[in-house]
Amino acid sequence: MTVPSPTTLPTATTTLTGSASGGQGDRRSPARLSPRVSFVLRRLGRLVVSLALVTIGTFLIIHLVPGDPVRGALGTSASPELVARTRTELGLDLPLPEQFFNYIAGLFRGDFGVSLQTHRSVGETLQQRIPATVTLAVAAFIVAALTALPIGIATAISARSGRRRIANLAASAVLGLLIVVPNFLIAVGLISLFSIGLGLLPAAGWGTFENSLLPVIALAVGPAAYLARIVHVEMDRVLDATYMTTARSKRLPGRLIYLRHALPNILTATLTIGGLLLTGLVAATVLIETIFAIPGLGVTIVSAITTKDYPAIQGVVLVYAIMVLGVNLLIDLILVTVDPRSSILEG
Amino acid sequence: MRTSKLTSPVGITAIAGIIVLAFLAIAGPLIWSTSADATAVAERLSGPSLAHPFGTDELGRDILSRVLVGARLSLVLTFGATAISVGGGVLLGLIPAISPRPIRRLITGFIDLLLAFPWLLLALFFSAIWGASAIGAMLAVGLAGAPSFARLSYTLASSVMGRDYVRAARIVGVGPFGILAKHVLPNTFAPLLVNAAVQASTTLLSFAALSFLGLGVQSPEYDWGRLLQEGIARIYVNPLAAIGPGIAIVLTGMILSLASELFTDTARTRPVSLPLRVAKRVLENVAPRVRGEKAASTAAVVEASDLRVAFPDQKGGMVERVHGIAFTIQPGEIVGIVGESGSGKSVTSMAIAGLIEHPGQVTAARLNFDEIDMSAPLSRADSDRLGVEMAMIFQDPLTSLNPALTIGRQLTEVTEEHLNLGRAESTRRAVTALESVGITDAARRLTQYPHQFSGGMRQRAMIGMGLMGNPRLLIADEPTTALDMTVQRQVVRVLHDAQELTGAAILFISHDIALVSGICDRVVVMKDGLIVEVVDARNLIRDAKHPYTRALIACVPDMLTDRTRPLPVIGQREAEPAATTEKSAV
Repeated sequence: MTVPSPTTLPTATTTLTGSASGGQGDRRSPARLSPRVSFVLRRLGRLVVSLALVTIGTFLIIHLVPGDPVRGALGTSASPELVARTRTELGLDLPLPEQFFNYIAGLFRGDFGVSLQTHRSVGETLQQRIPATVTLAVAAFIVAALTALPIGIATAISARSGRRRIANLAASAVLGLLIVVPNFLIAVGLISLFSIGLGLLPAAGWGTFENSLLPVIALAVGPAAYLARIVHVEMDRVLDATYMTTARSKRLPGRLIYLRHALPNILTATLTIGGLLLTGLVAATVLIETIFAIPGLGVTIVSAITTKDYPAIQGVVLVYAIMVLGVNLLIDLILVTVDPRSSILEG
Repeated sequence: MRTSKLTSPVGITAIAGIIVLAFLAIAGPLIWSTSADATAVAERLSGPSLAHPFGTDELGRDILSRVLVGARLSLVLTFGATAISVGGGVLLGLIPAISPRPIRRLITGFIDLLLAFPWLLLALFFSAIWGASAIGAMLAVGLAGAPSFARLSYTLASSVMGRDYVRAARIVGVGPFGILAKHVLPNTFAPLLVNAAVQASTTLLSFAALSFLGLGVQSPEYDWGRLLQEGIARIYVNPLAAIGPGIAIVLTGMILSLASELFTDTARTRPVSLPLRVAKRVLENVAPRVRGEKAASTAAVVEASDLRVAFPDQKGGMVERVHGIAFTIQPGEIVGIVGESGSGKSVTSMAIAGLIEHPGQVTAARLNFDEIDMSAPLSRADSDRLGVEMAMIFQDPLTSLNPALTIGRQLTEVTEEHLNLGRAESTRRAVTALESVGITDAARRLTQYPHQFSGGMRQRAMIGMGLMGNPRLLIADEPTTALDMTVQRQVVRVLHDAQELTGAAILFISHDIALVSGICDRVVVMKDGLIVEVVDARNLIRDAKHPYTRALIACVPDMLTDRTRPLPVIGQREAEPAATTEKSAV
């Protein structure tokens, strides 16, 4: 990449233009922001708006509850004095705008309120519970991505070769089945087989490698099958492209044809779907944590909803939402970096 | 269409499944509720037996009966939640479709934000508001499914809104609600119905998940999700207590998604059938192949005789597209193949290059590039030779260069792979190659991607790619068709210069007989998979005998063409290849 001479670069803005879009040969006017930079700025703007809406949403949970949320949380047997005191503690007797201001101010201090059930700081509980959930989701995502890519590529190539027709049909049927069976049923199946039937792996608990195997597999199977199918379809599309005929006309060996020429062209679609799957995985941990008794956010929110522990609910929902928004941002930033054409720039 | 669908295996399965589900929903509780509620302490927590195929729960109640009875509540809640998703989604999607721009952007932006969240998070959010109850869960699952339906109905509605007849209706003063009722709803009903059935299937699983978490149906009532939760608690005692309800959930989900296929009218493409495989095998065995037999040492670059190429048709048979043609290309010669679309000229060039893939089928008495038999599997050494000695240039340079790799990468890999040259030496060659096709600033251009090149430059880069090795044959398949007039000329000149520079032969394929006769030594005229004539390009107009060739020449307008009259059209008479020229070999 050539470094433009200083005389043509009066401002920092044009420096970005020059370096990000590949030199002076570019058709774009130098006065405007580079498409990548303006994309990132727009994307960050959207993130701020989303975060604001999400915060308003979690704030409103307690106010949207039909009836008196404090009475609901403490039960019919609680004394009116206790109910009134709790309401004051939660700040629910203040005017709504003031409550919202206090809520936001608290969040900036890292103060998520106090649990109605355990009377402990929600922030502390979150800190303890986040690692298990994140570990579970990220591990499952890595497993899913690492299995889906080779399986998808192999089935696509195999299906085109016209040989092993029965094996191809069987693979496609198995993938289709694994996509429709929900993960909590896969978990039940895995427990029946590996914990009860074979007695190989523990059915519950957290902390050791053996403990994490079944939950990660249960979580990864569905997304892996789905991603494998996407990779298969994308690979099929790419193998039909003229540039693949060009690659074959150069008599390149299979390794280069598939890995160098085809693989980069399926990455955009694969990453986009992968991002959706990762956010889905974050949510799916709720079910898997419940089944395998893993001390994560999912167990926390389920018990909080059952006991109407509104401060805990608000805290966990906010953390989940931030994780989802963070994953979406990350995927968009990766896409804009790895895809030379960056088709999402226009979007 | 519709009736054949109902009698297809999928249709019969779906209808039978729906009948069973309907029967369970209506009659299930009436028939099995006594056995489902009958407690028997003596038989509590027993495993599967003849009397209790799925075993019993901690009160000794029969789990199979409870699964059958639970069908009603599961289905009622599923359909309730689906109705909320569809109703809420259609409402949320249609409002922006008829709203002015600012409101539309606001609502669609909001839908997109909601879509960023997985349904389970939305369901948990709503479930927190309405609490852990059957009705609360129904509202939560229903509302959580609404955004995706809103997106769908907005997309469908705005495509209808953009059509001419809706614009016309608006001009004559039909209001937004009139347009919704008269045009949008009738035209979006069918796809919405299909997706409602798909939605029902996911809703069933979602509801089961929520009940399973203890956030749905509460004891003493039970649906499948609740039974599953109870089953998991004692999975060590009796796995079937959990697997039984699980099977019910999966089967019902499949029936609902099969039902959605019934509503779909799109014909599915059938997998290639048995007859094709038989046809292939017959062709393989019958086809005459002269393997191993070295061609009598000739100097020709390409030698083909009785070259046939066949492809499968929709019915599973094979259709021959090139019917046994023969020709040769001498070193350094520029040979043109002309003919209309479908004449087999491109297929011929792909067969010469050995690039016809499964399911296409190539047979030939002889098909040689130099001494390499192109109809047999290639050895590693042959591949290396072909990689540097033969190159192809295709019609659309935008699609024939890999968009994900730099131009440099695509050029240097040829010599790195086949001549074992290092990166630096290959890059030097690539710079020379680009310069020889008239691309300036070549070193920098090598670091760029195809989308940073103009159309003509891409095509010249493709030619440059062919000059990386020691080219003996360039196959150019309509290399100028996708380019505009001035760029066309450039590219033809570059090809010509490449031939003079390297002494490579060129096979130039085009439908344009004027262009071909301008640069070629010999012109091969193809029609319907046969060679009808081979003419010396310099004397084309004088020597062309075949009526089809003469017709092609007559179609080219020149300065003297009377432009007040329509251009000549090739009729049936000229189009018939004469039987005598069928085997015209050169």
